[in-house]
Amino acid sequence: MKPAPFTYARPADWPAALALLAEGARPVAGGQSLGPMLNLRLALPERVADLRHLPGYAGVSMQGETVRIGAGTTHAAIEDGVVPGRLGEILAGVARRIAYRPVRNRGTIGGSFAHADPAADWCAVLPALPGHAIALGPEGERRIPLAEFVLGVFETALRGDELLRAIELSALPPATHFGHWKFCRKPGEFSKATACVLATPGAAPTAVLAALDAAPLVIADASALLADPTAEAARLVATLALEDPWRAALARTALRHAAEAAR
Amino acid sequence: MAKLHVTTTINGEPTEFLCDPSQSMLDVLRNSLGLTGSKEGCGTGDCGSCSITLDGRLTCSCLVLAAEVGGHEITTIEGMAQGDELHPLQQKFLEMAALQCGICTPGVLMAARSLLEKNPEPTETEVRFWLAGNLCRCTGYDKIVRAVLETAAEMRSAA
Ligand SMILES: Cc1cc2nc3c(=O)[nH]c(=O)nc-3n(C[C@H](O)[C@H](O)[C@H](O)COP(=O)(O)OP(=O)(O)OC[C@H]3O[C@@H](n4cnc5c(N)ncnc54)[C@H](O)[C@@H]3O)c2cc1C
Ligand code: FES
Ligand code: FES
Repeated sequence: MKPAPFTYARPADWPAALALLAEGARPVAGGQSLGPMLNLRLALPERVADLRHLPGYAGVSMQGETVRIGAGTTHAAIEDGVVPGRLGEILAGVARRIAYRPVRNRGTIGGSFAHADPAADWCAVLPALPGHAIALGPEGERRIPLAEFVLGVFETALRGDELLRAIELSALPPATHFGHWKFCRKPGEFSKATACVLATPGAAPTAVLAALDAAPLVIADASALLADPTAEAARLVATLALEDPWRAALARTALRHAAEAAR
Repeated sequence: MAKLHVTTTINGEPTEFLCDPSQSMLDVLRNSLGLTGSKEGCGTGDCGSCSITLDGRLTCSCLVLAAEVGGHEITTIEGMAQGDELHPLQQKFLEMAALQCGICTPGVLMAARSLLEKNPEPTETEVRFWLAGNLCRCTGYDKIVRAVLETAAEMRSAA
């Protein structure tokens, strides 16, 4: 399998990367979604811009209670505990279940979020967490609440002239409960239903239902789901009017399992 | 289209090659460098038959651009045996007939070696999850998993 011809650029700094973007280059981070699309000729860029060498692209820094995760941080780094504390444990548990190690060794949190595949794990989990996506455009940085980042299937709040630079999250107290459940018959298969529930002491619990053929459903106050997972999962899924009964059944199951695990 | 000149290290040997910007590392290994041990099963990251390590990390070479590897270190299945001496995993796969057609085998061996480097005492579940990215259409996996577990045990007792 061979991709259609394209040229390759390796910007050394962010202004150079934004300039390439403005000229129509396609960003590549881990290449674990773009690579298959190139090989299958589903993506036909004239030029790709390799983001991996940008300063600060990968890595985690702490500013008080805020954790800043560079968009180029790999799933494997997160699995191996690069994010500290309870938040890090939660993210590591999610990362560990993405695909297999070779994909996690290259694939990045930012690439996954920017790609906005409805079945992607970060798209199902980040919207439940308190924080922002940090976009960088010609006018500088813009902060997009995580719950408002994914707008649809392969559609995000990033503008055409912006790159995703980092994810900023609030540290979580040790007593935070979290549940994440997805249905795949084998690892690395696209999930057919994914849900997560986050219960932070002193704050309203949040939940996300994803792997829908639409933007994820973000539930800003999931108290009712935690109180009665079965009934509330049924009520929430009914509001989506999913066509296939099996899909609705899996969505209910995902929400219920995630809520039970977060109690 | 202008070719790119890439300088890298493959199986410990300094290596230079010319490639098109759109060529995958797998394509260059097989078609420019004659290292045909890595196979192309899918080109989409699903089968693992193209597994290499890049700076020591297990990777699907079909999803790596050859243009990216300048200055990095690659190992392929061709670097696994030391001269005539097979790696313990290779030896065990032969003894236990953990292969049939052999197409998946280079990738399975690369993945299994990287598992044992990270975790010398894996459980059966850990082996199965680690190798979930390596598809085999012949063996039914059982012999592969048992060969990896036996090699791990032998390598531990030899250490
Ligand atoms: C076999 C296989 C199984 C998989 N299984 C799973 C799974 O179980 N769960 C899961 O969640 N994912 C899965 N994935 C996808 C994987 O997680 C990818 O790593 C991820 O979707 C994309 O991240 P990337 O860094 O590789 O991005 P790339 O492939 O490099 O890029 C993806 C897209 O995002 C754009 N992009 C990348 N970075 C930026 C940026 N900083 N700003 C703006 N745009 C950007 C690119 O232009 C491209 O359109 C799987 C992939 C494979 C190959
Ligand atoms: S050919 Fe690379 S994973 Fe199948
Ligand atoms: S031995 Fe034939 S595919 Fe594995």
